[in-house]
Amino acid sequence: MALLISGLEIVVSHPRFYWGETGNSGTATLFKIPIPSSRSTVPTGYGYVLPDQNGWSRYLHFQAAWAVVLTGLAYVVWGLWTGHFRSNLVPAQADRKWSAVVDVMMSHLRFKRPGADEEFSYNVLQRTAYLVVVFVLFPLVIWTGLALSPGFNSALPATVNLLGGRQSARTLHFFVTIALVLFLLVHVAMVALSGFRSRMRGMITGSVPTQEERP
Amino acid sequence: MSKISRRAFVTTGFAAAGVAGLAAGAGLAKRYGLIPPDGGGIWGPGETLTYATQRLITTHSMAREFPRSMISEKPFANELAPLGNEFERHKSAGFADWRLAVDGMVAQPASLSLVDLKKFRASSQITEVVCEEGWSYVAEWIGAPLSEVLKTCGASPQARYVVYYSIQPDWWESIDMADALHPQTILAYGMNDGDLPVGFGGPLRLRVPRQLGYKSVKFITRLTVTDSLKSFGKGLGSASPEAGYAWYAGI
Repeated sequence: MALLISGLEIVVSHPRFYWGETGNSGTATLFKIPIPSSRSTVPTGYGYVLPDQNGWSRYLHFQAAWAVVLTGLAYVVWGLWTGHFRSNLVPAQADRKWSAVVDVMMSHLRFKRPGADEEFSYNVLQRTAYLVVVFVLFPLVIWTGLALSPGFNSALPATVNLLGGRQSARTLHFFVTIALVLFLLVHVAMVALSGFRSRMRGMITGSVPTQEERP
Repeated sequence: MSKISRRAFVTTGFAAAGVAGLAAGAGLAKRYGLIPPDGGGIWGPGETLTYATQRLITTHSMAREFPRSMISEKPFANELAPLGNEFERHKSAGFADWRLAVDGMVAQPASLSLVDLKKFRASSQITEVVCEEGWSYVAEWIGAPLSEVLKTCGASPQARYVVYYSIQPDWWESIDMADALHPQTILAYGMNDGDLPVGFGGPLRLRVPRQLGYKSVKFITRLTVTDSLKSFGKGLGSASPEAGYAWYAGI
């Protein structure tokens, strides 16, 4: 949340996106977000300028990024070490076919309540989504973020060159963020629908109440 | 029950290791001068991690340079506050009397004119100016390497920072010696084969291409070499942290 809010504050100082290496208020955009800016130099079409919140937003963004990277690394090392990814996230052998995916989709579309077996295990769609978040979206958001650092660029120029330039990296950083926000929204909605209290208890304590314990 | 106590054991272990690691890391960072001047306060941990990590991985790294064909046709001159009477006087005199004072921990303090600066080896680079707001442009910059000016003035080996001042009131910055002695850090007087225009910091701008644009201060009039930033302003390293922005802008 800290990264999202501070990231949006930073976007407000220049709500224009470009493709390629360079881009500024004098060049063509890929797209613009139709909001006022916190800088008077940005032509937004609005007659006013928002207060500048970039200083603390940037401090917070980078400190929170360190927290995410360090806990993320710990999580991935733990997941590989304990086999959590292999046993709980990689779809089971029997589920690695389209019919299994379609089955899960159809039961969702029919608004069927998840069966008892899903109390303890993730279905094939959940597993795929979690794997994409852990191994695609998070690495991408970190990579595209690092590609925006002039110091890091000087040490590893390929990190930004491979993305097609600095402004492309910034635009991709924004898109991957949107993908992560969409995941979060769906994830929270599904948790709420499948019984908020028992799911939260499961997440925090790591155990799921059995049928007999339920009120 | 056994499950919970194992979890508690592991968690406590990790927390203890984390605290010990942080304390050891902070000690090491302090010993090797890897704590930025604005490294106190709530943003200290993040800033110190960034600065220390980058100082370790960017020791010999060079900012990306671009082919001539990538020079931006429309570089963006950021908004400027009114520059004041003194600047206007210099401007109407063609900057003939513009001086760069070099003082602090140097054997020979100096007052250099633009002509003096042009006697140093001219270094040129095609690099990108990157603003913290998100925009950027590529231009060619021509100037005297700061390292050679410091060498000529006999900067002390004990020096740790170079503080630099703009003619704009209360506008000053500082960089550590890693950036001050870096071959791409130049006192730029030329841009894209012409004199550096006023809108881009002319007649003299310090280019620090491994950091964000706000470290490349415009209208430079003075350099002070020092081993500590404590007595400058509020002791946070530059005017940026006093205005809420990070001192180290290599992110």
